[in-house]
Amino acid sequence: MQLDTTQNLATPEGVELRLPVAGLAPRALAWLVDALIKAAVIFTATVTRGVMGGTSFALYLIVLFFLLWFYNVLFEVFRHGATPGKSAVGIRVVNANGTPVGWTGSLIRNLIRNVDLIPGVYLFGFASLMLTEKFQRLGDLAASTIVVYDTKNVERKSAFGIAPEPLRIPLTLEEQQTIVSFAERTPELTGDRAAELASIVEPVLPGADAQKLCAYASWLTGREQRT
Amino acid sequence: MKQDAFEAKYADDWTRLAEWTDALSRPRKARVDIETIAGEFPALYRRVCHHLALARARRYSGDLQSHLNRLALAGHQHLYRTRLPVFSAILRFFARDFPRAVRRHWRYMAVAAGLLFGPLLTLIVAIHMQPALVYSVLDARSVASMEAMYDPANQVLGRERESDTDLAMFGYYIFNNVGIGFRTFAGGLLFGIGSIFFLSFNGAVIGAVAGHLTQVGYGETFWQFVAAHSSFELIAIAIFGAAGLMLGMGALSPGRRKRWHAIQGQARAALPLVYGGTAFLVVAAFVEAFWSSSTWPPVTTKYAVGLLLWLLVLIYLLAFGRNDEA
Repeated sequence: MQLDTTQNLATPEGVELRLPVAGLAPRALAWLVDALIKAAVIFTATVTRGVMGGTSFALYLIVLFFLLWFYNVLFEVFRHGATPGKSAVGIRVVNANGTPVGWTGSLIRNLIRNVDLIPGVYLFGFASLMLTEKFQRLGDLAASTIVVYDTKNVERKSAFGIAPEPLRIPLTLEEQQTIVSFAERTPELTGDRAAELASIVEPVLPGADAQKLCAYASWLTGREQRT
Repeated sequence: MKQDAFEAKYADDWTRLAEWTDALSRPRKARVDIETIAGEFPALYRRVCHHLALARARRYSGDLQSHLNRLALAGHQHLYRTRLPVFSAILRFFARDFPRAVRRHWRYMAVAAGLLFGPLLTLIVAIHMQPALVYSVLDARSVASMEAMYDPANQVLGRERESDTDLAMFGYYIFNNVGIGFRTFAGGLLFGIGSIFFLSFNGAVIGAVAGHLTQVGYGETFWQFVAAHSSFELIAIAIFGAAGLMLGMGALSPGRRKRWHAIQGQARAALPLVYGGTAFLVVAAFVEAFWSSSTWPPVTTKYAVGLLLWLLVLIYLLAFGRNDEA
């Protein structure tokens, strides 16, 4: 059973790319950030209008209009699919085929937002998000767009720089992979948790603690060839 | 080949590709010219795709796989992004594509226009025969405020003004009318119901107001006010309605496609109508704020200009882009 939200994307190059689709929580958070930004702009505009009076009313209304209808569209088209809220949360909009969203897609999804927010609290959008595989609200479905995690700034995990130690027992491929991914995760784990996880393999590899498993991983990924 | 040897062998390609995608996603000034892109970048990207496939087939570590996936994804996004020259596209759109779109979807246009103008004309005629009918469409307060606005004794014409400058009204008309247009379009997603509602509701209200004001003798103030911008405004609402009905048709009758695929196709096909309708409403707001409300031109001039604009709009929609039309 697949637990994560990754969507596969077939490319002309014959390799499947994996897109991590973002669900309700990050999107709601991004919406909240954007709503706060808009509220701040409206507040400032209202205050300045009070100060400037008369003629600035037109400007005020036009600012309001753009904020209401084009805030999302302009940011999504010019800032690689991310409104300030989305980029704060680390998500962005792309076309369902993985290409960057353009005017067409962004405009459709943001105009249909009007239907999503029926009856004023995004009930339609919520239902659609929950019922679709790729967490698409109605606007996303009509525009064929998805919201994905932005992986651009993700760093590679630091290599486990430990002297390799050869494994004396033949292990299946799956078991080998488990050891390697454990080694890759150790920097993120606390010492206790690492020890706890390592103890699971105790019956198979007697005397193997976290340190030792990382050494095996070094050997498995081929580090011995360089020493 | 073990993973470390693999990494050491191809690491250069990976850093190169990362540099490319970084450079390509920077703003325009740092962008490299198309010749250079055409040379190295696609080849590099396809090589990394190959590495990713290898890494998966050879069951290299998850971290390496996801690193390569990230690189390939970024490359994919830049290679397959669509870039269009914006200004010539806008020009071509208004000279050719928009009127063509309106004609191509003439069936939707006809239905939308019927839904808007049907109630509008019906109510004008009905209120002429049965004046009290206005109160079944509008409540007494709105009727009173309409009367106050178009009272011939007034200095300025037009809807209730929160500020007395024309510019302010321009802002208000854009804010209000384009919003209505967008909602008319979006509402179509609900099997067309939203669009049908907004079209006939607006038609009924406008018809009631027009019928009532004519009936109580404020006709001249009202008609000279709406003569000029009504062409752009009413046709724009019909256009938005047609676009919404297209969405609704995709939802109701997807044909051989999956329902959402049909809606996606219809939404894309309807988008020229949305762009054009928006432009029409901006023009309408401009005319309404700066010309319709002015009191200095003689009434006959205002009627003449109104008639002329109606003619021009219809000629524009019916005749432009006829050359080599598909």
